[in-house]
Amino acid sequence: MENLLGIAIGAILINNIVLTKFLGLCPFFGVSTRLKNATTMGLAVTFVMTASSILTWLVYEYLLVPLHIQYMRIVVFILVIASFVQLTEMFIKASSPTLHRSLGIYLPLITTNCAILGVTLMNTVVEGYSLIAATVNGVATGVGFILALVLMAGLRERLELADPPQAFQGLPLAFISAALLALAFQGFSGMIL
Amino acid sequence: MKFQEFTKGIIKNNAVFALALGLCPTLAITTSVENALGMSLAFAFVLISSNLIISALKRFIPQEVRIPCFIVIIASLVTAIDLFIHGYSPTLYEHLGIFLPLIVVNCIILGRAEAFASKHSVSDTFLDAAGVSVGFALAIISVSAIRELLGSGTIVIFGHEVVPAFTSSPAVVMLLPPGAFLTIGILLALLKRAKVI
Repeated sequence: MENLLGIAIGAILINNIVLTKFLGLCPFFGVSTRLKNATTMGLAVTFVMTASSILTWLVYEYLLVPLHIQYMRIVVFILVIASFVQLTEMFIKASSPTLHRSLGIYLPLITTNCAILGVTLMNTVVEGYSLIAATVNGVATGVGFILALVLMAGLRERLELADPPQAFQGLPLAFISAALLALAFQGFSGMIL
Repeated sequence: MKFQEFTKGIIKNNAVFALALGLCPTLAITTSVENALGMSLAFAFVLISSNLIISALKRFIPQEVRIPCFIVIIASLVTAIDLFIHGYSPTLYEHLGIFLPLIVVNCIILGRAEAFASKHSVSDTFLDAAGVSVGFALAIISVSAIRELLGSGTIVIFGHEVVPAFTSSPAVVMLLPPGAFLTIGILLALLKRAKVI
């Protein structure tokens, strides 16, 4: 029996996907200027991450391993993720136009979000989790992503009122704020689960 | 053939510093110059060969499904380099870890394929891809040099001490995640101040 709580806390705090593992940095810096956009993007990523974790785990375990073609994992995983995102977009467009308007622009971006491919590779090849553990890891990593994104968006909304030297305006200041956030998250690295 | 296709990607439109693309590998594997060199070579191989293939095939790829086609081409090449490095340099393979397969979703490669290779001739594409690769290498090698110098107090490349150890208590935080964000933040601000980008 794997330590599911350990996996969850680990993925949210100790090995935060953005601030410790450096995955998903493009949306982290791109979408973190407004709190509302950050929350929506975070939820969309969590949803896709959870579903992709389950789908790729099944494909890996029941298709790639029996056929001994594990080396095809990169091509197969990215196709599974891309088609899942495409299907989700079509489904949302047909079922809820309101949701599609607020989420629409983020969904295509998620396909090339390295956090998703990273988590699916970690679940199967690197850690070799069971299906349940992979699902928990997918959800928890998504929650960790929301946490980092929302914290960053909050910081950046406040920073808009500040008056930094011209050279630091924009991205440099965002990087330095991220450095301070990452420093705070280093505090969790001593936790033993 | 225009030579400026090569030079524009190095400094002026540097993918990392000017456009803030491809940040994940720039921050994650830059703990030593050695890793950065390995990553630069793997990245250059995938970027140049994938864009050459895409440019050569641009007439045969249907417009509607071009993105999945690009991704399959890129993913196949990444699989090849992944197996190559696994076979020839297990140490480098271990250091690059998950970031080697993640070259697939590096936005620089798909970005160049979509914005340049699918619209230009093969020779121009080669110059463009080579320029972007040099720019990327420049960015990650400079970030890794700063981090290794301050974080380890020395720079060692393939067993040769390029910079001898000058301190017994290096700032280890530079090797940890916060150091990566701090380095690139200050580097960007300095480049902006010097009006380079």
